[in-house]
Amino acid sequence: MSDTSQTSSRQGSSLLELSERTKKRNAAEARFRGYGMTAIAIGLIMLMILVFTIISKGVGAFQQTFVTVQVELLADKLDKKGNRNLDDIKKVTTFGYSPLIRAAAETSVEQAGIATDLKSKDIAGLLSKNAAATLREYVVSNPNQIGDTVTFRFLAQSRVDGYLKGRVTRESIANDKNISVAQLDLVDQLVDAGVIQKSFNLAFIFGSDASDARPEAAGIGVSMLGSLFMMMVVLVLALPIGVAASIYLEEFAPQNWLTDIIEVNIANLAAVPSIVFGILGLAVFINYLHLPTSAPLVGGLVLTLMTLPTIIISTRASLKAVPPSIRDAALGVGASKMQAVFHHVLPLAAPGILTGTIIGLAQALGETAPLLLIGMVGFIASNAPDGLASGLLSPNSAMPAQIYEWAKRADPAFYERAWGGIIILLVFLITMNTIAVILRRRFERRW
Amino acid sequence: MNDMTVLDKAVEIKNTKIAANDVHVYYGDAHAIKGVDVEIEDKTVTAFIGPSGCGKSTFLRCLNRMNDTIDICQVKGDILIDGEDIYDKRVDPVQLRAKVGMVFQKPNPFPKSIYDNVAYGPRIHGLAKTKADLDDIVEKSLRRGAIWDEVKDRLDKPGTGLSGGQQQRLCIARAVATEPEILLMDEPCSALDPIATAQVEELIDELRTSFSVVIVTHSMQQAARVSQKTAFFHLGNLVEFGETGKIFTNPEDPRTESYITGRIG
Repeated sequence: MSDTSQTSSRQGSSLLELSERTKKRNAAEARFRGYGMTAIAIGLIMLMILVFTIISKGVGAFQQTFVTVQVELLADKLDKKGNRNLDDIKKVTTFGYSPLIRAAAETSVEQAGIATDLKSKDIAGLLSKNAAATLREYVVSNPNQIGDTVTFRFLAQSRVDGYLKGRVTRESIANDKNISVAQLDLVDQLVDAGVIQKSFNLAFIFGSDASDARPEAAGIGVSMLGSLFMMMVVLVLALPIGVAASIYLEEFAPQNWLTDIIEVNIANLAAVPSIVFGILGLAVFINYLHLPTSAPLVGGLVLTLMTLPTIIISTRASLKAVPPSIRDAALGVGASKMQAVFHHVLPLAAPGILTGTIIGLAQALGETAPLLLIGMVGFIASNAPDGLASGLLSPNSAMPAQIYEWAKRADPAFYERAWGGIIILLVFLITMNTIAVILRRRFERRW
Repeated sequence: MNDMTVLDKAVEIKNTKIAANDVHVYYGDAHAIKGVDVEIEDKTVTAFIGPSGCGKSTFLRCLNRMNDTIDICQVKGDILIDGEDIYDKRVDPVQLRAKVGMVFQKPNPFPKSIYDNVAYGPRIHGLAKTKADLDDIVEKSLRRGAIWDEVKDRLDKPGTGLSGGQQQRLCIARAVATEPEILLMDEPCSALDPIATAQVEELIDELRTSFSVVIVTHSMQQAARVSQKTAFFHLGNLVEFGETGKIFTNPEDPRTESYITGRIG
């Protein structure tokens, strides 16, 4: 009885005792905090799993196995006429270099003091198929070295690389034609002798894609340039168009049904799936305007369409955030509307505009779907473009498209490269977002 | 009685700076100003008083066409400055606003240096040919704004770093820098403390010698202290307009009396 009278009336109750109501309220609050912390914990765990997976799977791509070999550049094979004429030297194809590599591989094994029953062809099989091409490139650019013995570090073939990274085991190669158990035994001995070594793989960051048979030679560098050229197109087009459109809509346009419709449509455009922009680009830029397929110019145009709404929306928001008193002040001393906007409003809105632009660019950088439709996905093993025109117009891929392409291929060596590519892409995105955050923090509310 | 008529005549001889004839203002469907006739004299301080929402600020903003920036706002009737209709199609509001300066309710210096705040107007109107000219204008304006001594050592510091009262005096200096003929002030002291208010009021009194000043205020004491003429607005009508002393001591309209004695407002 006394309990109920205490809870029903607050008068005379002690502050040191919690009433039923307070207890319930406190319990509800504690529960809610619990939910919140659980949600955050789940999010953090997911993030940690993601980061851990990406790094553990992708870090291998930055390490590559190399074989150090001394090659005797036999003059009678490479320069049969003996006149050091570059045109004649160029006539020797990579097939002509194979015997040199075989001989060199065999000598390296002998010099390391390893006895083996393997034929020279199988020993040379430890090297990448790329080795002959690397050697030929070297000879063509240094013809006066013919006749000398030169030390090379050739890429090891992907099975050897996988063996050292633990991806390939003696059991897993039972049905593999590319490598045998005897070859792996030799690899073990060569590793002990220091002939086969793992080291940092700069070619992965700067190189171009390679065919299915040579995953060890594939790099993301050229598609990185493809992404760079696309981002240039996006920046050059989307920033001025987006900012001009927002300034007009926000500061000059009359409020009527037409501007309302435009506003609604811009908001809707931001929500259009990116693949729709891809098919639009295919129809308009490639089929109608006959721009080249797979070109970063077209990719950039499509991504511009996709980024424009993001830039317009963020620019308008930051223009709106500039207090009207600043506009009044400028108009009050006799500035024209345009002077008020360009002298006072725009500088104050600039950090917000830049932040929006960077976030829009980051979105565009990670976008894959529209690129599928304009042919920027697939085996595009072009060399690095040698100028603005070729960068914009010659076929190229983009980082996310390259990752997608690698992830599709059968050889697990490519799978590792896909993860490595994701690390590089994420580094770019995180950098851009960090810059955006810093800009926003630094210039927040100066008035 | 005779004395009064003589005084009235003496006032009428003074030249009229602004003349409004049957001015109506509409915000969409709302009728904010309902037929205001008023003549504002040169080199005097005219105060607009009245309860909130009575239209005094709206009418003030008609005088330099700041209402143009509001899409739904419509102004009817004539407003003449020196006999010229400012709503004439040939009038560029930008030129008008160079002639009719404005100080706002909330101090709104640009987030730039003190120097640039004052120099902005002269720069866009091309009032200074050389840097030295501009320096002169800035100094002169800051002196007229009664703030020179406080800021002369930190002209390159941001104007937003000053105190509220200093900011408002900076805004006044900025407004006079473009050499206007009329100065409109929309509740210039409502965001200031009593000391800053006193400084600004003193300044307004000095400005009267060079400009025709129109001030909107909520404080009747302020109107009584700084103005020579007072207009009382109520519900969009100009109820009474006359000598400040007369309005506050012997109003003709019962509504004015009620407002001044605090019964409506």
